Amino acid sequence: MKAFLMHRDRDFDPQHRLPRNKAALIQDLELTTLFQTMAQDDKFLSGVVEQAVLSSLEDLDDIRYRQEVLKDCLNHAAVIREIYSIPIEFIKNKQRHWMSIFTRYPSAILSGANTMLEMFVGLLKRLRSIGDEHAADFESEGFRRFFAMIQLELDDDYFVVVENKVQELKFRRGVLLSAELGKGNEGANYVLRKPNRSNASWIKRTFGKKPPVYSFTLHPRDEYGAQALGELRDRGINQVANAVAQAADHIESFLNILRIELAFYIGCLNLSEQLSQIGEPISFPLPVASSERKLSFTGLYDVSLALTMKQKVVGNDMNADNKNLVIITGANQGGKSTFLRSTGLAQLMMQCGMFVPAKSFCANVCAGLFTHYKREEDATMTSGKFDEELGRMSNIVDAIAPNATVLFNESFSATNEREGSEIARQIVRALLERHIKVFFVTHLYKLARGFYNTDQEDAIFLRAQRQTDGGRTFKIIEGEPLQTSYGEDLYLRIFGTDN
Amino acid sequence: MTFHSILFEKPEDGIKPETLEAPAYFVDLNLDQVVHAFTARRQEYDLKPFFYTPLREAETILYRHEVMRDLEDEQLMAYIKRFAEKMILVRRYLGLVEKLDFNYHKKGWFLEAALMYCEAVTSLAHDLSLAGLGSRGLLALHDYVTNYADSHGFQSLKAEAEGVKGGLSNAQYCVTIQEGTVKVRKYEGQTDYSLEVEKTFEKFKQGAVKDYRVKLNDRSGMNHIEAQILDFVARLYPEQFAALDQFCTQHSQLVDETLLTFDREIQFYVAYLEHIANLKRAGLAFCYPKIATTNKEVYDYDGFDIALAHKRTNENAPVVCNDFYLKNPERILVVSGPNQGGKTTFARTFGQLHYLASLGCPVPGREAQLFLFDRIFTHFEKEEDIHNLRGKLKDDLVRIHTILAHATPNSILILNEVFASTTLKDAVFLSQEIMTRVMGLDLLCVWVTFIDELASFSEKTVSMVSTVVPENPIVRTFKIIRKFADGLAYALSLAEKHRLTYLQIKERIKP
Repeated sequence: MKAFLMHRDRDFDPQHRLPRNKAALIQDLELTTLFQTMAQDDKFLSGVVEQAVLSSLEDLDDIRYRQEVLKDCLNHAAVIREIYSIPIEFIKNKQRHWMSIFTRYPSAILSGANTMLEMFVGLLKRLRSIGDEHAADFESEGFRRFFAMIQLELDDDYFVVVENKVQELKFRRGVLLSAELGKGNEGANYVLRKPNRSNASWIKRTFGKKPPVYSFTLHPRDEYGAQALGELRDRGINQVANAVAQAADHIESFLNILRIELAFYIGCLNLSEQLSQIGEPISFPLPVASSERKLSFTGLYDVSLALTMKQKVVGNDMNADNKNLVIITGANQGGKSTFLRSTGLAQLMMQCGMFVPAKSFCANVCAGLFTHYKREEDATMTSGKFDEELGRMSNIVDAIAPNATVLFNESFSATNEREGSEIARQIVRALLERHIKVFFVTHLYKLARGFYNTDQEDAIFLRAQRQTDGGRTFKIIEGEPLQTSYGEDLYLRIFGTDN
Repeated sequence: MTFHSILFEKPEDGIKPETLEAPAYFVDLNLDQVVHAFTARRQEYDLKPFFYTPLREAETILYRHEVMRDLEDEQLMAYIKRFAEKMILVRRYLGLVEKLDFNYHKKGWFLEAALMYCEAVTSLAHDLSLAGLGSRGLLALHDYVTNYADSHGFQSLKAEAEGVKGGLSNAQYCVTIQEGTVKVRKYEGQTDYSLEVEKTFEKFKQGAVKDYRVKLNDRSGMNHIEAQILDFVARLYPEQFAALDQFCTQHSQLVDETLLTFDREIQFYVAYLEHIANLKRAGLAFCYPKIATTNKEVYDYDGFDIALAHKRTNENAPVVCNDFYLKNPERILVVSGPNQGGKTTFARTFGQLHYLASLGCPVPGREAQLFLFDRIFTHFEKEEDIHNLRGKLKDDLVRIHTILAHATPNSILILNEVFASTTLKDAVFLSQEIMTRVMGLDLLCVWVTFIDELASFSEKTVSMVSTVVPENPIVRTFKIIRKFADGLAYALSLAEKHRLTYLQIKERIKP
């Protein structure tokens, strides 16, 4: 039994190795805020959501598969939350009943597993009835398959068979074992047997020659004997205990998988509810192949910022189709970092099948998203700042491949402008020639101007908008790089009143 | 040739009482650690006496070299180990028979011992015929075991054991347990209920699943419930159990004495080869040394301390190898140089190499010639005891006096930092006196010392020095090389290490 809600053809793997630059992504894109909102203080949700968001899908069909499932979830939130409550209830019950399965005694394992089976039958019947009632309302391939599987696997006859076995396995008429003489004449090869049905006639039973039977009964105070007898019985039922415990395990793992596969969507429901309270829009993005160069959006906002401020934030529009290089210059505190982050976030969200924080969004998928941000002074004192920057860059180069995307934020500014520009220029040039999309927020005028002057068709230059009075709109608009980044503005705003 | 022992060709060599105490120099040479490592996992063979007994006959050393060389063949080694494993089981089963309480339980294990013994002997005879043997010892053993396995006595033991076992294996029975009552009857074709249950739950058995089968302990033993059941089974199958009774009466003497001895003695080789195999894997060389009985020219290239190498390879750390040679008239290696530079290790290595050679074992090194000594004497600096200076010097002198009184020209002497606890003037004087006596005896000797004067004492002495990295005198190479002892480079580095240079002392002592 498989849920297959995250992938068309396989389980979601919550332990799957995340990209090595995971920590940098979380820090640079403020992902913690996103994760917290999605998880709503649920540790388990938090783990799955983080895993899902950071393991980007690259296949367009895979992304669309999840988008369809998520649309169903948004349309039937109450049913989804009800299904999710089934594995949750199982976990509560497990803590009450399941302890005995960890013992060393097959009889205890058997009775523990048997009790669990009885509980599972109840939960699975509930799942079945939710399916019976609501399956027809769901449209996505994922949910249609899921409900069909429930109806097929959990039919009424099967419930009867399982309930009968649960009763038999209580062994009310004793345990029958066959055995052979093993090494040292010790009993060996104990096999649990089903007693033969007595078919012989009444006359034969009464007058026929009976095979010899020897028997003895334990003295009621022979505790050691009772224990020995218990061990013998355990030998016989070891294998059935195993089968029943494995069955219980399997149902448990199905419920666990169900919980995992739904967790991501529950996170998405939580996020959409929060954003709709703020009044921010969401939309399903249109992904295109990684070989294409698409990026166009309207009303794209920084979801982390909106969630932190708990209010609507400035959105941006842009068309950077057919562009490989996006260079962003301009005013300090003018919204450059926010803009960069919002594109990165939307890219990640799109590639895990989520909606995006925008009125519309279309982009090519990327084969890996990398961030290279200016960092605080190295705390470990092991290397100089510029050295450290180059070290991180080298790690990125180790991991990167064509059609990836790199977001640079004020990189290589830990040295003088001429050297920083030259090194950055060489790096960017090499990345572009390897078909890697580059976003670069920078104050390195020489770097930005250098690319601007070459008139590259696949480059676009953006600026943080500045009004004539020096005020900021936090809008990012197209425009050629300028020599100053308006630090003077900032200085005046802060120190100006002192005069 | 008749087979007596895999360790001694001539029967009279093997019958000496076994040495139970380690030789006195074992601790100084760390040979106690080495032998412990050889024997730790083989306690039941009591191998230490073999390792405590150096040989005096070059011929016996050769006899062992032959066996060692044969056993370096992995296939043969595997055969021998297989035999050993089976013999371990034979002894274990026979041990059980002594301990157990219930009649048919004891007899059941005696039968197992007999079956296992027959298997061990049969497969040894067969395996040895496949191996290309070259040694006198193993060829003689092969003849012996082949004759024994073909003998009428052994053949009938084997046939009877198998017959009785066959009868018992067919005695299938059923046990019904309900509350405190047990019923035993013959098995009547009842179907397997576990399979039925597994089939019911098969649907749930996809992918990797945890195994919930409890490892029910397979202790050899029987409680009174099982014994009672076994008695019932004996009543259900009387003929099979009568045959068992008869077998046990007829074959009370099971194991051949010569094979029992072989099983123990061959472990001397197995233990040693297995131990050095680890070191060989780490890239260290072993060789069969030439044994010098009169000539005192000795050498070893790429030798190392086998105890230290064991420790270092376990830690995946590199092992430093060293060379030495003594050409006539050289007899004495005087080792000086910085502390912690490998001097003591070098001295130990010299002793270990000679000792291991005297056991008939391959020794560390690419190529070696070693002297067949009559005795080894060592004098190593013991724990410093500052309260007992005078006593210690006296003690040193008494011990060295005793050594020189017992040493013969065929002895080996290893001195490590003697007279460290007296004034330099005294130490130089005493050392020169002792050196003269050592030369008089024509002893092979390694002398670790800080007294440079000894290094160039005479034509019999050779100076060897532990070395440092020239650019950084604090770093030791652990290489000991033939070199004139200058005593300067290391003195400074040592002072630096202890922060005792002029500038350092000024720094530490504030004005």
